[in-house]
Amino acid sequence: MERIPILRMGSFLLVSIQVDMHDRLALTLQDDLTSQIVKNRARGVLIDISMLEIVDSFIGRMLGSIAGMARLLDAETVVVGMRPSVAITLVELGLSLHGIRTALDVEKGMSLLQAAVIDNGSEVGEDQHDGAGY
Amino acid sequence: MTAQDTECLELRTPEDIVLARQAVRRKAVALGFGLVDQTKVVTASSELARNTIDYGGGGTVRLEVVRNGAKAGLRLVFEDQGPGIADVEQALGDGFTTGQGMGLGLGGARRLSHEFEIHSVPGAGTRISILRWK
Repeated sequence: MERIPILRMGSFLLVSIQVDMHDRLALTLQDDLTSQIVKNRARGVLIDISMLEIVDSFIGRMLGSIAGMARLLDAETVVVGMRPSVAITLVELGLSLHGIRTALDVEKGMSLLQAAVIDNGSEVGEDQHDGAGY
Repeated sequence: MTAQDTECLELRTPEDIVLARQAVRRKAVALGFGLVDQTKVVTASSELARNTIDYGGGGTVRLEVVRNGAKAGLRLVFEDQGPGIADVEQALGDGFTTGQGMGLGLGGARRLSHEFEIHSVPGAGTRISILRWK
């Protein structure tokens, strides 16, 4: 079965979407990512969409679901590399990708993730969350 | 206004949505659409192709190059013989959905197009036509 590869780098998972995804492939990625977050105890997910020529409401919803599920599994998500033409079109489509962190490129996205994970780590103690192990 | 250079594609499976997007992209490029216009028309086609499959039970899309004097544009006509839309005005509103989507498909496709027509007969099917001028 066709799949989008997920790479692990330390406590982060990296995904670069390089193909024009059909809907089932997008859903498979969503499932794969959530199970990989748990399996690898990942703290962050970086999704590179610089090769995507369009983001429609389906892909937008998938990105939102991934970010939401990751958050529940104690991982941060950042989407990087959106093309300007895609951003213009998304706004006109009415999709603002609420709740999804974005960064211009992979490097900026990685720094954002690292900062977010450190922030979360310090919050854990203060809020008395179940943050054992950090 | 004359229509020429017509192409018709089946819309049955999620892969057909990808094929439709690619065909629309090729036509838009051939017409000399700029990158943002290409992205808008391809995104609109993706939304409507998915609606045709998810809500119309499958159908077709016809791609037409239209000319009006010196103006050239791309018209896409989506047709299905599905259940039709009971309340078109409501369906055009953002957030309205009877399915799994975000309810942005119809309204979003309209916003991404210069001309938008919808004809739906409950129990008989739906025809949606969008046009984007270069």
